Amino acid sequence: MTIETLNARRLLCPLPVIRTQDKVKQLKIGDRLEVICTDPGVMQDIPTWCRINGHKVLEATAGNHEYTILLEVGSS
Amino acid sequence: MSKQRKAIALISGGLDSMLAAKTIMEQGIHVEGINFFTGFCVEGHTHAIREKDKAKPKRNNSLWVAEQLGMKLHIVDVIEEYKNVLINPKHGYGAHMNPCLDCKIFMVNKAKQWIVENDFDFIITGEVIGQRPMSQRKATMPIVAKESGADDLLLRPLCAKNLPATLPEREGWVDREKLHDITGRSRKPQIAMAEQFGFDDYSQPAGGCCFLTDKSYSAKLVDLWKSQGHKEYQLDDVMLLKVGRHIRPQPNFKLIVAREEGEGRFLQGYKNEFISMISLSHRGPLVLIDGTPSAEDLYLAAQITARFGQGREAEQVDIDVTMLDGSERTLQVKPIRDEDMPKAWYV
Repeated sequence: MTIETLNARRLLCPLPVIRTQDKVKQLKIGDRLEVICTDPGVMQDIPTWCRINGHKVLEATAGNHEYTILLEVGSS
Repeated sequence: MSKQRKAIALISGGLDSMLAAKTIMEQGIHVEGINFFTGFCVEGHTHAIREKDKAKPKRNNSLWVAEQLGMKLHIVDVIEEYKNVLINPKHGYGAHMNPCLDCKIFMVNKAKQWIVENDFDFIITGEVIGQRPMSQRKATMPIVAKESGADDLLLRPLCAKNLPATLPEREGWVDREKLHDITGRSRKPQIAMAEQFGFDDYSQPAGGCCFLTDKSYSAKLVDLWKSQGHKEYQLDDVMLLKVGRHIRPQPNFKLIVAREEGEGRFLQGYKNEFISMISLSHRGPLVLIDGTPSAEDLYLAAQITARFGQGREAEQVDIDVTMLDGSERTLQVKPIRDEDMPKAWYV
């Protein structure tokens, strides 16, 4: 299992989702991706994208105007 | 056993594309959604930036629609390719800088490429004859099908009965009788259909889903093109047009003035790419200066910056100026008076 980080700061919806989608394509099932954003919309959009595509959100945190989502790649 | 047919639905996040996809799913077709991000999509942007909008729930409507319908959604970044559509629209612009017909042709063409690459059978859109003055007219429907290369693989379930039968109908992949014959701008048939499907929460943006249909945004885009002498743009350029007051006192420079804290924080991210100003002696907004201002221009910009802070009535305001090389200096200025700021300066 690898854990990667995606810097999606300053990007506005839906770009953080697109970058997440593109990054996940390069990962394997069970790998984890931490996405760091500044658009609060990701707290809704990335989990929705994960549910649609069979990935799992392990943690979503907000603080200091940043939003971090840790997801695990599923079998989509 | 007959082959499971598959369709890709162009999903904007609005009601029509949602209904079109649902109509085809009801016929047992496997439907997935596709959404193209041009850089001008209304989805979320200013809501994500402006502090006053933070109380509103935020969601990407295309993702939301996909989840409601239980289908996958592919979001495709077409920012670079879309530039040619906007800069050189074969069919021209609509009321503002919206190249709606070329845009629809472009997106259907991208969807056609996608179905070829992914072994899908046809494309569906939520188009309705007469719904939009430029791209959704009876005369333009065949133009979209032909110029996109989709031809009769393009099915519009909401108005299919008013159009010649497409390949999916002729081949019996879908039952034409179960498609619809909606025309015109009335939303009543769509609202009734939404009720039938049990959809009670959906998006119906008044101006569509694109900033280019917005008069104020289009004016800023035209101003950008005019000031730089060409129509090329970067994503950051078009993002910044969505934020702040844009004031152009001279052709060679403009100010972008944050209107509130959220915008200030957003503009802060661009501080290293522009000359910036902020009041030191009074509370006031962050201001970015775009262009090539002279020393005299910077003084005027500082006066304007002072005008938008709490020192607007003061005799003197200290404005911190950070240049592109990172050097800083302070200008002491008297805020410009309202009557000395012509309306024409506001882009």
